[in-house]
Amino acid sequence: MEDYPIDIIIDAKGLSCPMPIVKTNKIIKQMKNGEILKVLSTDPGSKRDFESWAKKTGNTLLEISESDDIFTYIIRKGGELDE
Amino acid sequence: MSEKKKKMALIVHSGTMDKLIPVFILASTAPAMDLEAHLFFTFWGLNALKKGGLENAKLPGWMGLDTDMIKKRMENIKAPTLQKLLQMCVESGNVKLYACSTTMELMNIKKEELIPEVDSILGAASFLDIALDADFSLFI
Repeated sequence: MEDYPIDIIIDAKGLSCPMPIVKTNKIIKQMKNGEILKVLSTDPGSKRDFESWAKKTGNTLLEISESDDIFTYIIRKGGELDE
Repeated sequence: MSEKKKKMALIVHSGTMDKLIPVFILASTAPAMDLEAHLFFTFWGLNALKKGGLENAKLPGWMGLDTDMIKKRMENIKAPTLQKLLQMCVESGNVKLYACSTTMELMNIKKEELIPEVDSILGAASFLDIALDADFSLFI
């Protein structure tokens, strides 16, 4: 596990689909490219959802981890850091 | 964002809660996936666009008796209500709701009876035109 400098944390624990994705998308729109967002979710479908969402919206899913049924997603706004 | 967004077109034919929930979950998620959602409400589906329609949507047939139980369970799992999902759709600006003109005549529904979130009243040709331009379509 790398230590990423987290700019914003979203606690979406206990929220069911589609709230984790919709909330994340809303927040990330207000962030700057390169900033890092951490999202916590207990939605069992969220892993695949976040992978699809990141791919579709051009954000980078840096890390996914799971412990005690809590998924943690580390997302960097935007694509690879070469812009 | 000058790039043209991908589009989803839905025909919403059902007015029961079990069908409206997936309709509005898909529609409210679409903008987050950079998709536009175009929803054409026809037949029983149009009831959902009447004022108070979403609040009063029930499970189909005899299961209607369990509607309150399902609502309670949705609340327990913190699932958004239909009204909340609709609000998310509208706020996104990328979900359009259309009312079927023939259904309105057939069921004698006046424009004033529809919720203000309805984008416009359309006929079959207009919806087909939208669907032709969509990347995928569903009938629910």
